[in-house]
Amino acid sequence: MSTTSTMQWFAVRKDLRPRPRFIISVMSFVLPILLWSLFSYVPWLWHPKVEISDPGAVSYFKQGMLVDKDLFYQELTKLEDSAMALPQGKPANPIYLPAPHEVAVAFYTAFTTEPKRRSEKWLHESLWDSIQVIFWGFFLSSLIGVPLGIMAGTYDFFSRLFEPFIEFFRYLPAPAFGALAVAILGIHHAPKIAIIFIGTFFQQVLVVSNTARKLDPSLLEAAQTLGAKNKSLLFKVVVPGILPDLYRDMRILLGWAWTYLIVAELIGTSSGITWFITQQARYKNFDNVFAAIMMIGIIGITTDLILAWLGRRFFPWQQQSARA
Amino acid sequence: MTQLLELPSYLEQDDAVRDRFTRLKQRPVTLEVKGLCKDFETPASETVTALKDINFKTHKREFVCVIGPSGCGKSTLIRILAGLEIPTSGQVLLDGKEVKGPGQDRGMVFQGYTLFPWLTVKRNVMFGLQQAGHSNEVAEEDARQWIDLVGLTQFVDSYPHQLSGGMKQRVAIARALANQPRVLLMDEPFGALDAQTRSKMQSYLMEIWQNIDITILFITHDLDEAIYLADRILVLKAHPGEVQELIEVPVPQPRSPEQLLSPEFLATKKRLEDLIHPPEEGDVIDSDKMNMVRMVPVNHEVESVF
Repeated sequence: MSTTSTMQWFAVRKDLRPRPRFIISVMSFVLPILLWSLFSYVPWLWHPKVEISDPGAVSYFKQGMLVDKDLFYQELTKLEDSAMALPQGKPANPIYLPAPHEVAVAFYTAFTTEPKRRSEKWLHESLWDSIQVIFWGFFLSSLIGVPLGIMAGTYDFFSRLFEPFIEFFRYLPAPAFGALAVAILGIHHAPKIAIIFIGTFFQQVLVVSNTARKLDPSLLEAAQTLGAKNKSLLFKVVVPGILPDLYRDMRILLGWAWTYLIVAELIGTSSGITWFITQQARYKNFDNVFAAIMMIGIIGITTDLILAWLGRRFFPWQQQSARA
Repeated sequence: MTQLLELPSYLEQDDAVRDRFTRLKQRPVTLEVKGLCKDFETPASETVTALKDINFKTHKREFVCVIGPSGCGKSTLIRILAGLEIPTSGQVLLDGKEVKGPGQDRGMVFQGYTLFPWLTVKRNVMFGLQQAGHSNEVAEEDARQWIDLVGLTQFVDSYPHQLSGGMKQRVAIARALANQPRVLLMDEPFGALDAQTRSKMQSYLMEIWQNIDITILFITHDLDEAIYLADRILVLKAHPGEVQELIEVPVPQPRSPEQLLSPEFLATKKRLEDLIHPPEEGDVIDSDKMNMVRMVPVNHEVESVF
């Protein structure tokens, strides 16, 4: 009986039953958090540092200081021979690995803490800056990239005209254009948007043209025998025909745009969530750094889930897109 | 091989059938194919002749089936008639006018249904009407009528993926007919259907054909289907694709499934078998043969399957 159930769990390309399916999806999040908690809360797991609670007779130890375990025991053995006060401490992790609860608290307080300086921005303001940069970069890229991609995927003429150059250009790393973008566009949002544009656009044209090419050619033939000519073939068959796939491409590309965000925001005057992260890292508030990084992940996955849900509304004829 | 049954010649026609063919041939010609050739260029830049000097005529409201072994170019032929491919030489005339490119005067039904998955049944049928410049109201009105004719009224607002294969093909037929083409080209339309659905679809198609002013050119590789449906059968042979014979089917019209075992039917089938699978003449090509040997021990519990 156990073998049959194991076979069910690991059957090649067979769906699990709904309940185990749900549980395993939840585990996908629970397991990494569990692992993180183990390393944070179980004192004998890793914990390479010692947090000093009482410096004792060691002159350079201070309360709350983190020292290497080796150093701590070295000082301890040194003092054990003499009759001086021994330092006290408990195992700790390096400052760059805060415990889950610390990050959770930081997650909340990051929004409620006033910025250290007047001129600095609240976290939600920084986030909003980032979202705007992403939005404009991705929007402008799509505005041009999607039509070009569809043209290239539909007409060989445009495919030959655009694709060889784009194929070359997409190998140029977007951040390499940082200095140029600043020189042309100034130091504020414009160069950052430009970097996201460059990072997205060239991939986008190629991905979209590929999607357009994958449209079943017999649908075009059927439309032709029904009297459709050039323009209506494009707008009544190609465009609606690839729409669900195009939508899925856009979801993936939006994810890529986020990966360019951090680099883009370092260009010119650092801004947005990146500014927040670098600033907090400078103050060694790694709990805040973690919170900010997670925020990006949460925004990303929430956007994607919403888009996936909307996709199912938009394209009711696409059964398989339900699990894309 | 023993002849189990003495069959009449497929050329023998009774008076009613002969009389019908005389009248049929006096009808105006709809589709005429003159000296049609099609060469393909292989990737190795060799030229392959798919069709060589094809000539035939179809008459108004005639049902012609095209049959032939695989590689005889029957799909290429119908695609040229539809205007989806350009012949290397020769002409296709519809009502005396040469056709160039696809057009609404020739409807086509494909084996793979080719319904637009993003459109409902109704909008699929409306597609051609809208392309022809009809207003949405007129197109919708017409589409509903055609959908009703093929008996799918309760599915007007369904999407193609919600329909069975047979229903999809009925929508495809309605969609092609909605444009009121002169000729309906059908490329193995029932090839993907199971036997039961297929015979049901055949009777539906006969019923449509009897009631609408339409000439049908129907490609199939199923001999029974060809004989059951066709007035005349165009038999092609392969390498290169050439007309082998244009057979007048001696089975009286209107057809019914009981005729599948009538002597005329069987005689025609015998003839088609001979044309399409000619008796092998000694030298069989080695590549097209199995090398089966006995792999069951001599003292096996089931020594022979016979």
